[in-house]
Amino acid sequence: MTSNDSKTRKWVRIAQAEDIPLREGRSVQIAGREIAIFNLGERFLAVENRCPHRGGPLADGIVSGRTVVCPLHAWKVDLETGRVANRPEENPCMQVFPAAVREGVVMLELSVPEDQPNAFQSTSVAQQVPQISSMSACD
Amino acid sequence: MNRLVVVGNGMAGVGCVEQILKHAPKFEISVFGDETHVNYNRILLSSVLAGEKAADDIVLNPLDWYQKNNIQLRLGVRITEIDSIAKSLTGDDGSTTSFDKLLLATGSLPLIPPIDGAKKDGVYVFRNLNDTRALLDRAGHGVRAVVIGGGLLGLEAARGLQVRGCEVTVVHLMDTLMERQLDFTGGGYLKSKMECLGVRVLLEYSTASILGNGKVEGVAFKDGSTIEADIVVIAAGIRPNVELARKAGLQVNRGIVVSDFLETSHPDIFAVGECVEHRGTCYGLVAPLLEQGKILAATITGNKGPRFEGTVTAAKLKIMGVDVFSAGDFSEQAPGTDVVRYEDAALGIYKKLTLRDGKLMGAILVGDTSDSHRYMDWLRTHDDLTLHRRQLLFPGPSEDTGLDVAEMPDTKVVCGCLGVSKGAIIEAIHKKGINTLAQLKECTRASTGCGSCTEHCQQLLKAVVPEFHEESEKILCKCLPYSEEKLRDIVRGQRIFAVQEVLDIYGNGLGCEICKPALSYMMDMVWCGDHDEDRSARFINDRVHANIQKDGTFSVVPRIRGGVTSAKELRRIADVAEKYDVPMVKITGSQRIDLLGVKKSDLPKVWADLGMPSGQAYTKGVRMVKTCVGTDFCRFGVQDSTKAGIELERRLEHLFTPAKVKMGAVGCPRNCAEATVKDIGLVGQEGTWQVVVGGAAGKRVRKADLLITVESTEEALQAATLFFQYYRENANFLERTYDFIERVGIEKVRRETVYAPLAVQQGLRERLRKSKRLARDAWLEGDEPRQPTQFVQIEPIEKVCQ
Repeated sequence: MTSNDSKTRKWVRIAQAEDIPLREGRSVQIAGREIAIFNLGERFLAVENRCPHRGGPLADGIVSGRTVVCPLHAWKVDLETGRVANRPEENPCMQVFPAAVREGVVMLELSVPEDQPNAFQSTSVAQQVPQISSMSACD
Repeated sequence: MNRLVVVGNGMAGVGCVEQILKHAPKFEISVFGDETHVNYNRILLSSVLAGEKAADDIVLNPLDWYQKNNIQLRLGVRITEIDSIAKSLTGDDGSTTSFDKLLLATGSLPLIPPIDGAKKDGVYVFRNLNDTRALLDRAGHGVRAVVIGGGLLGLEAARGLQVRGCEVTVVHLMDTLMERQLDFTGGGYLKSKMECLGVRVLLEYSTASILGNGKVEGVAFKDGSTIEADIVVIAAGIRPNVELARKAGLQVNRGIVVSDFLETSHPDIFAVGECVEHRGTCYGLVAPLLEQGKILAATITGNKGPRFEGTVTAAKLKIMGVDVFSAGDFSEQAPGTDVVRYEDAALGIYKKLTLRDGKLMGAILVGDTSDSHRYMDWLRTHDDLTLHRRQLLFPGPSEDTGLDVAEMPDTKVVCGCLGVSKGAIIEAIHKKGINTLAQLKECTRASTGCGSCTEHCQQLLKAVVPEFHEESEKILCKCLPYSEEKLRDIVRGQRIFAVQEVLDIYGNGLGCEICKPALSYMMDMVWCGDHDEDRSARFINDRVHANIQKDGTFSVVPRIRGGVTSAKELRRIADVAEKYDVPMVKITGSQRIDLLGVKKSDLPKVWADLGMPSGQAYTKGVRMVKTCVGTDFCRFGVQDSTKAGIELERRLEHLFTPAKVKMGAVGCPRNCAEATVKDIGLVGQEGTWQVVVGGAAGKRVRKADLLITVESTEEALQAATLFFQYYRENANFLERTYDFIERVGIEKVRRETVYAPLAVQQGLRERLRKSKRLARDAWLEGDEPRQPTQFVQIEPIEKVCQ
């Protein structure tokens, strides 16, 4: 992910893990974006809540392994890479966001403006979050 | 050229001729058959009776086969005499035929126990195609049938008749069914399975006489009791047909006595099949008879050498849904017999193996016959099983993948009935350029017997022929390589209540947008709603009970039963539309009102304000019943279609179905509410209702088929709901009624719904009642969401400004 000069990456506390049912997604509006977060049981994954095809709400899709199927026209978005699995030739790509659960709270790593330190109640919690290997694959 | 005459045009006789043709064609062959048909597969007569196959489907050798091989065929001629000195035959048509070699394949005759009145009109046997046709002519809805004999044939006949609509009772002399193939416990499992199908079973009933004045009216038993009957089928066993041989002076005991080379006591006369007795045993199953044919073919063509040394017999009951297999000696009395047993009463599975000296002696399988090939092999090879003792009933993981066709040695027999080895199949595939199952059947005869090796034959074709496409059923999707029919069996049989469990055990563990909703429906249908519904496996519409639109908003269609509303209701709808800024309010084609463009988070409030139940416009479920004004105001109406339609909608609403179900009810044949192009339609006429099903006016246009015509509105509703539940239970997911009916056939649908035996109808009704009891208006979830974030976006715990 490219990072704007005036922005920095921070871990942000989003929701109680139990608010996202197993193998379902929920959307959240944060930092000027709408993000879909999915509970895959052993981990959580997050992607822009806008299908690259016609903007369908991915959070409402059926989860199939680590992909989600858009409820409008069944495009399949890989939640790890952001790529569309069943349209390889068109190669559209979605932004994905590192996600993690700490003490029952789902957290997302987001880029936020640097001049707003008040935005974070606690950066120390975020620093304890283990780094996730899967990062956005598209730039 | 030597003249070979064959008496008997059945499986054993013609099977032997096929083998003879494989040796040098040194004979001029004539075949006499007293039936008027070419050689057919007698084992499959029960499938013809049950309607699974047509008479033409079971033909083994069509007329042109006889012509092609220069065989003179005489049908409908019974040979009445053999002059064994002059070597000639006399037929009942007065003809005489001389022979150099004679082959007797006269088969067997039904055993008729001494019962008074067995000659009455309405008494049948079930042995050949003519018997089957006669039974088919008489069988039908409501006909009371009594089958005397609870053996293989009797049970298959019983099920066949029952499928044809008869109310069937099986009467058996012994205290357990199929006592020659099953022990007492196995017989008990079989009995309960037959009873589940709706066949009544009476054990330890000895038939004294058949009642009726010239025509069957009932059956009387030796204990003095009687039951009423319209037809009686005697299936008490068979006896070798040996009259001709006896008159000719051949040595005959129970059967025609033959040597290991199938020779009779006359040097030029041979015998094969059910009519022979070899080392004191008469065989009545197809596999040993075809083996005899092979050996006799060698003997008679001057290649005498191979011996028939007797064989292990195996029997398989051919009733769909009732798996029974038995082979070898299952008695426990002989000293040194070990018994291995497994039972699961809830699943109806019973397995028993008998072993002596570490070798398998016999096997009984009820409810799950998937391992029968393995046991049959062990019985044939006499393998020492000492090392396998712990895995006899449950093969270890390496063996669990079934018969691996690649690992199989070439000598291994694939088709047990016809004795075709893997090597023979591979050779045929290569030499004859075979690439379909039909060609393989024609060329090698493999899988033309009982058919249980079909899967292995397909696997071999697949392995050897790159372009082979399986002619098997359609699988649900790549996550789960089974047909939906098979999956329904799995869910029911293995008692699985959760979608993910099916995926984990039988599939790839992931699932997708195709199989997950299909399995969700299956769970709901099989368990009548009494299961753990997994919302994550359902489409978004079924998670929030509204229809998702292209912009991510939803449409809301309240239930307006029969299209009849009120000023008050309309006012509420109007208020809701204003309060929530609904961008479009539309009258639908289904006499309902659609509020389009509602935000997900507003759904619970919209439902509460409407105060109306869900119209299920978003799901594969009961949509609506469109009605005309019927008799209340219309000048032409002859039936109260509005009331009937509202009642039908009330009885079925809130239920899920394989695909959407749209219904209609019209009060006269003018058909103003278009009932004849609906999934289910009630068409009112003077004094009657026509119940029609499978209509369509969407992507396709199709006029509905008539299910039944009845007099009262209640009967019409009953017929419609019977079909509704039958469709729920048997259609594939997303299969509309019109596709379902074209796949299954309206005749079968009628036979299994409105003309089904009472017990079957009651079963359908009971399961529908249970589903209905547990079904609820989905919009009640607005007040009690299943989950706190069901309808809302997540509010982030931590706020971040942009």
